[in-house]
Amino acid sequence: MSRYLYYPGCSMDGSGRAYGESLTAVCEKLGLTLAEIDDWNCCGATEYVGVSLSPAYSLIARNLAIASKAKTDGEPLVAACSACYLNLAKADSYMKERPQLGERVNVALNAGGLHYDPGAVEIRHLLEVIMNDVGLDQVRANVVKPLAGLRVAPYLGCMLPRPDPDHRWKNHERPDDLDRLLEALGADVVDFPLKTECCGGHMTQIAPKVGLELIKRLVDEAEHHLADMMVTVCPMCQINIDAYQGEMNAEFHTKHKMPIVFFTQLMGVAFGLDQKKMGIGRELTDARPALKKIGKELQAVAVEAGAAHRPRPDKRALPMPRMDDEAPAGEARQ
Amino acid sequence: MSGKGHQPIEGGPSVGVPAEGEIRIGVYVCHCGSNIAGVVDVVEVTRWAGEALKDQGVVVARDYRFMCSSPGQDLVTNDIRDLGLNRIVVAACSPHLHENTFRTATARAGLNPYLCELVSIREQDSWVHTDKAAATAKAKAILSGGVERVRRNTPLDAINVDINPATLVVGGGIAGIQAALEIADAGFHVYLVEKDASIGGHMAQFDKTFPTLDCAACILTPRMVSAGTHPNVTLLTWSEVTHVDGYVGNFTATIRKKARYVDESLCTGCGICQEKCPKNVIDEVYEAGLGYRKAIYTPFDQAVPRTPVIDRENCTYFQKGTCKACEKFCETNAIRFDQQDEEITVDVGNIILATGYEIFDARRIAQYGYGRLPNVFTSLEFERLSNSAGPTNGRIVLRDGVTEPKTVGVIHCVGSRDRNFNNYCSSICCMQSLKFAHLVKEHTGATVYNFYIDMRTTAKSYDEFYQRVMEEGTLFVRGKPAEVTEAGRLPGEEGKLIVQVEDTLAGRQRRIPVDMVVLSVGLQPRPDAKELATRFGISCSSDGWAIEKHPKLDPVATMTEGVFIAGCVSGPKDIPTSVAQGAAAAARVLGRIQMKQMNLEPIKASVHSEHCSGCRICNTMCPYNAISFDAAKGVSGINAAMCQGCGTCVAACPAGAIAGTGFSDEQVLAQIEGLLRVGADGAPLKRSAYPGTRQDAIEEVVRT
Ligand SMILES: Cc1cc2nc3c(=O)[nH]c(=O)nc-3n(C[C@H](O)[C@H](O)[C@H](O)COP(=O)(O)OP(=O)(O)OC[C@H]3O[C@@H](n4cnc5c(N)ncnc54)[C@H](O)[C@@H]3O)c2cc1C
Repeated sequence: MSRYLYYPGCSMDGSGRAYGESLTAVCEKLGLTLAEIDDWNCCGATEYVGVSLSPAYSLIARNLAIASKAKTDGEPLVAACSACYLNLAKADSYMKERPQLGERVNVALNAGGLHYDPGAVEIRHLLEVIMNDVGLDQVRANVVKPLAGLRVAPYLGCMLPRPDPDHRWKNHERPDDLDRLLEALGADVVDFPLKTECCGGHMTQIAPKVGLELIKRLVDEAEHHLADMMVTVCPMCQINIDAYQGEMNAEFHTKHKMPIVFFTQLMGVAFGLDQKKMGIGRELTDARPALKKIGKELQAVAVEAGAAHRPRPDKRALPMPRMDDEAPAGEARQ
Repeated sequence: MSGKGHQPIEGGPSVGVPAEGEIRIGVYVCHCGSNIAGVVDVVEVTRWAGEALKDQGVVVARDYRFMCSSPGQDLVTNDIRDLGLNRIVVAACSPHLHENTFRTATARAGLNPYLCELVSIREQDSWVHTDKAAATAKAKAILSGGVERVRRNTPLDAINVDINPATLVVGGGIAGIQAALEIADAGFHVYLVEKDASIGGHMAQFDKTFPTLDCAACILTPRMVSAGTHPNVTLLTWSEVTHVDGYVGNFTATIRKKARYVDESLCTGCGICQEKCPKNVIDEVYEAGLGYRKAIYTPFDQAVPRTPVIDRENCTYFQKGTCKACEKFCETNAIRFDQQDEEITVDVGNIILATGYEIFDARRIAQYGYGRLPNVFTSLEFERLSNSAGPTNGRIVLRDGVTEPKTVGVIHCVGSRDRNFNNYCSSICCMQSLKFAHLVKEHTGATVYNFYIDMRTTAKSYDEFYQRVMEEGTLFVRGKPAEVTEAGRLPGEEGKLIVQVEDTLAGRQRRIPVDMVVLSVGLQPRPDAKELATRFGISCSSDGWAIEKHPKLDPVATMTEGVFIAGCVSGPKDIPTSVAQGAAAAARVLGRIQMKQMNLEPIKASVHSEHCSGCRICNTMCPYNAISFDAAKGVSGINAAMCQGCGTCVAACPAGAIAGTGFSDEQVLAQIEGLLRVGADGAPLKRSAYPGTRQDAIEEVVRT
């Protein structure tokens, strides 16, 4: 049993409830103990850092200070929400980089009797913990209902995995962690070109046209690749694509119905856990019809779509580059 | 500033021959223009040396603007004659640069050259400090150390070795071929070792060469043929050097000739075997993965030698035990399935390494889609596409083998000038990208974009070529593309590759749809570069490029006597420079051969066998393989000719049984003692800067 401190963040009980429910169950299955830290507060999401830096980082660092006190044996602090993860990681690394900021933040923390030394807490994202600490072999060993027949578009959003102050992720420009995880679950994974594009964030609130356009690009592309659903790691991405699809359809006169779920939900399904308990059905664009495809033959159209970008086989065609051997794709030198 | 400085001390020098045992030291402090004098107060250092080091035997101290110049050297030689100096210390640049200069000057004046020491107050002082007072104090300390050391120097005699006139050239690219031919034409024997089945290197893969666009084959193949037929060249292809022993003038190289499974003496190179071989294999080397060859093959029609090789892994007979089509059709019965690898040894006097480069692996930059998006090509693939002898007979087409592109994007600096990958500029890619633009236009009339960071077209006729390509209508976008994506969403993007780029001249993001993307990947050292460097006893940078003896003044020599480098083995270069280096390395070797004999530095380590416990720790540490173990006597011994005097074994010997001539413990400890005599403020230290006694201080320094 590996123990981690857990920072859920605000959305896990609200819009991202399905994420919270499913990740708790999946972590239990994988032998990860998540110990929720006491009395945590909102990380400020994407908004607060845009308003005023010192208070924003003080707000975030309060959680780090609590985590560093709660630590008994060097446990890392895990967040599953991309914004939470990024804010925690950024606060820690900026405090390290800019001692002045660190001092100011600690003056603020001091008012509450808290203190945080940058670097004291190791901050990690749940996806990376599953990939690196658990490993795909262990994931595969838990799969009882492979997701064969389900065509998924892995969508990370723009906050993972960059910046990456601790060099935990292998590829920052075209990460394939989520792809490999979904493949391990047996799903048919779309090589989704927009996997790290922005979902619009809070643009849906302050400039809806911009937000809806960004959502449309993502859904269009997923549709173009004949994905049955999108899969994400971020509550913000999920809510934007899920909840604003209707408005988007109205704005652009489209008829998209693209479900989007959290990766832990699909892990739960593949692990044979109860769909409902995995929060399936909480989404506004219903994912259940798509999930019915699991175990069925991949539809012929989808097979062809996969090949749509490949040249038609022709005797004259030139061979594709070799990708089999030690393919070091994307590995930057550290 | 002509040699003023601090003239002879105490009412003029005592002229004439020094009394027996009397040490008379001359100190010379160089300004190096403003290189040293800009930070170190050289006049003060000189004054100080003349006064404070008098008891150490300093008779004269002078400063001069450029000690290495002829009048600077004259100061030394005149003083040796006029003042009867018998020790010299020059405080100037690194001994790497000018030790030899001043030792030669010393010898000219009739003094043993090893009684001259050069201490560095440039690399180790003025270049790395800005605080003038502290740098001046440090210069005094360094100088004081040099004086203590030189007092203990003894005259040494150079070691003389014979030079074997034969030469080993490793790597049969254009640089190696050039070097081999120069030496062979001068009448000396060359062993040219090439690991592939044919010589030619990368140049053999190209169609046209910038900036003149002459046909690569037309200028290269005659050279290849000369190398293959020259009476003074022993060509060993499909071969690798596995081991090197010996030292300058007397190397012995062990070469593994891999089995070709074809008898070279019988094969006529008719090619029928390749025609009849039923097995098609993707040619990852010569065709850059874009074309096919057979399991028995010569890489290309003009290969030298013409004798093919059998690729065991892909040969049906070797894998399944049946076929032998090649054997059936060979008219001279040259196929030998039972041939074995062969080991041969050759004795040579000098070695030239010309093993070249490989291209950056484009798959590492996943956002450019190489290997995933079919119509993204590497530069080498493009060379094969545009080559009339290539897989498409010179038709520039998409991966489907049929469709001509209407728009092509060439991305510069892929893997170069990128701190995630290689920091350096690969130097040839701007020109290569311009060449591609020209060839696309010429072959297809397509629109071409060049995405560049900076254009670097600095050699002769290069910028004119750039102008020409601009006039031909190639479009230049200044900016490094963020990605190449198939995800089109705007009109005109359907089915295209979209290059997303920040146009830094227009100051905006652009999405440029193209049919084909060519990645101008950088050059990098071969994967075995570091291993190769160790085998030949030379050093390479952390990237893996071989390091020159001096980057400007000695670019084809290495720190190891008798081992030279030419072409891209030391870094990215174009063909003209690679050829010039091949010729330069040959000239250096020919000079050695003409001398017939050569003096080696007598700075050597030697083992006191009575102190040696036979632990053999030193045996593996020697970077030059100069130490061997004498099992009969139970002690290690050092081959003086192979020893380069690096001192590694001296430091490593747990019993202190190894001493170095020119760097004995006594000399080194005295030098440290001299260093410690001066405090950080330049004042003499009453006590050691370190706690405890002076002996403690020395030990402290030795430990750290
Ligand atoms: C796509 C592209 C296009 C280019 N176009 C031009 C151009 O138009 N004009 C121009 O001036 N320059 C051009 N260049 C640069 C040119 O390729 C080099 O300048 C030139 O090839 C360098 O020659 P070389 O002999 O140093 O190295 P290489 O050509 O790499 O030759 C090295 C040889 O050594 C052999 N070898 C390697 N290791 C061993 C070993 N351990 N033992 C034995 N043999 C070994 C190799 O098999 C090879 O035959 C281009 C480069 C690229 C990548």
